Amino acid sequence: MVSVIANNLTKQYGKKKDIVYALKGVSFEVEKGELFGIIGPDGAGKTSLFRILTTLLLPDGGTASVDGLDVVKDFKAIRQRVGYMPGRFSLYQDLTIEENLEFFATIFNTTIQENYDLIKDIYSQIEPFKDRRAGKLSGGMKQKLALSCALIHKPSVLFLDEPTTGVDAVSRKEFWEMLRSLKKQGITILVSTPYMDEASLCDRVALIQNGGILSVDTPEGVISSYKHPLLAVNDGNMLQLLNLLQQYEGVLDAYPFGEYHHVVVKEGYSESSITAYLQQQQLGQVEVHAIRADIEDCFIALMKGEGRS
Amino acid sequence: MRTLRFLLQKEFRQIFRDPSIIRIIFMMPSIQLLILPWAADYEVKNIQLSVVDHDHSQYSRNLVNKVTSSGYFRLQDYSGSYTNALQQVEHDQSDLVLEIPVDFEKKLIKENESTLFMAINAINGVKANLGGAYLRSIIQDYNREVRLKWIQLPRYSPELQVNVTSSNWFNPSMNYKYFMVPGILVVLVTMVGSFLASLNIVREKEIGTIEQINVTPVKKYHFILGKLIPFWILGLLILTIGLTIARVAYGIMPLGSLLVIYTFAAVYLLAVLGLGLLLSTYTSNQQQAMLLSFFLMMVFILLSGLYTSIDSMPAWARATTKINPVTYFIDVMRMVVLKGSGLKDISTHIYTVLGFAVVLNTWAVINYKKRS
Repeated sequence: MVSVIANNLTKQYGKKKDIVYALKGVSFEVEKGELFGIIGPDGAGKTSLFRILTTLLLPDGGTASVDGLDVVKDFKAIRQRVGYMPGRFSLYQDLTIEENLEFFATIFNTTIQENYDLIKDIYSQIEPFKDRRAGKLSGGMKQKLALSCALIHKPSVLFLDEPTTGVDAVSRKEFWEMLRSLKKQGITILVSTPYMDEASLCDRVALIQNGGILSVDTPEGVISSYKHPLLAVNDGNMLQLLNLLQQYEGVLDAYPFGEYHHVVVKEGYSESSITAYLQQQQLGQVEVHAIRADIEDCFIALMKGEGRS
Repeated sequence: MRTLRFLLQKEFRQIFRDPSIIRIIFMMPSIQLLILPWAADYEVKNIQLSVVDHDHSQYSRNLVNKVTSSGYFRLQDYSGSYTNALQQVEHDQSDLVLEIPVDFEKKLIKENESTLFMAINAINGVKANLGGAYLRSIIQDYNREVRLKWIQLPRYSPELQVNVTSSNWFNPSMNYKYFMVPGILVVLVTMVGSFLASLNIVREKEIGTIEQINVTPVKKYHFILGKLIPFWILGLLILTIGLTIARVAYGIMPLGSLLVIYTFAAVYLLAVLGLGLLLSTYTSNQQQAMLLSFFLMMVFILLSGLYTSIDSMPAWARATTKINPVTYFIDVMRMVVLKGSGLKDISTHIYTVLGFAVVLNTWAVINYKKRS
């Protein structure tokens, strides 16, 4: 069963002269109970997309539905059944943890007790501090509280807009574990993130860039669709190395990647031909080895492919 | 109903947890009502006077004595040179110059007529106007005294004379505090009603909590009522504090019934809250809301008849006072406090303000959107 459908969504901001296209025809489908990642850099259109799907923003074109309900016409029914956690912490800072949770439970016409089992794993971690004001919580605790508030009415679809931005590595890991346990309860989860490494934690991901979707696939699918051989190259003088690599005719693309440069090799060239070329250039200790592409390599390839076309 | 109750509970919790709001609510009326009425005085006192006396006679001295003993003037300078006196004016040391000519006494006695010269520093219009008028009436008084002394009046006055005696109705001692204090109180209630409310809503926009509320099934009217009711109550609370201060500090006891004041205030607050709500729908952060409020408040106060009389304004300004809710409340306050007007006397005011309330709130509700 399909839970969320976006069909050719467009959204633009600004007037006449300087129109910014936030979304340029975005389409995808999310299955029920799926953990769907929307991955893209800042300004790709992730938040606009989420705000349309949560009925906060009207699309300029295209249609979208959540649980079979149209986001424009049936917005009231959608609001009953989605949970939304905005990118910025937006709960009442001057109310305590418990008061915030109680407040959101009440405006959804439910109580904490009724859906306690759903949030138990998350809420129990912050419950010892339930009399503390939300503004005085640490980042990780705020995030847990926000997630609890978004879940308290037992939504069927959960929208999380960049939930892990600005959160430390340990809390991020914890957060993804929470999401996976929520998925087991049958909740459809859409999560947006600028971090590529989180893509592999989703069931399927949509790579988004400049308001357009580059690819929708499983993380493995995205990686296996990467056709070119990939090398990691390392040397004492990284800048010179990068310049040399980019000049070589057998190289499709070369970019810095941590302590290595990743080199995309053209058809007909191989690891040995690159090594030979580099040795010809009289570089010292060159280290070249083949690697498997990860999602970031795929994203860079898709992004540059988009740029070329 | 349950939703509304929780919205209200949340709102009150937030209000009472914000120490600055508490301070505003209790300190603002106390300070404004206890200090402002003493300073915002219509009477002009301490007018600096320079006397240029070329005569140095008994009569000129008498005149100067009479002027200075009136209490309104302070003799800044007594000299024999007009240039000197004008210099005092140029240095802003004196406001008025009274020049007594050389043969003031002689002419007065011999020719039954003499002249005086008055130069007024008109930089401060109010002071110049009133100062000149005071001095003129003192000189007239002096003139009459001299006449009485010199001319043996016949039994029946040969010339017609109109003597005016006045009595001040509703405020017998012309105590300006009696009409300033109720006016300031109105300004306070207006500020709390409209501006605290609009700032509160804009703050939710700024922090982003309104977004979180908007994705919930909370109804528009629930949310708006949840914002209006707390500030409506706060407004009435401020009014109560203000009336108490007026009673204790100034002994102002409304002649009319308190019920009339509260009835009007209840309606009036609906109108100003509507205004606050409207402001909040047009602004997106607290800074904008503050500046807009500040601008409106200035216009409202200056065109409300609090400090200047509406009847003396030009026609266009008089027209704007008709759409200024503050005007109506100030009018009602003065009517009820000083004249003891009843509900029937202020019914037009109530209906007009009720009209404002309906228009402003409808406009605000239409303009408040849960999505963009």
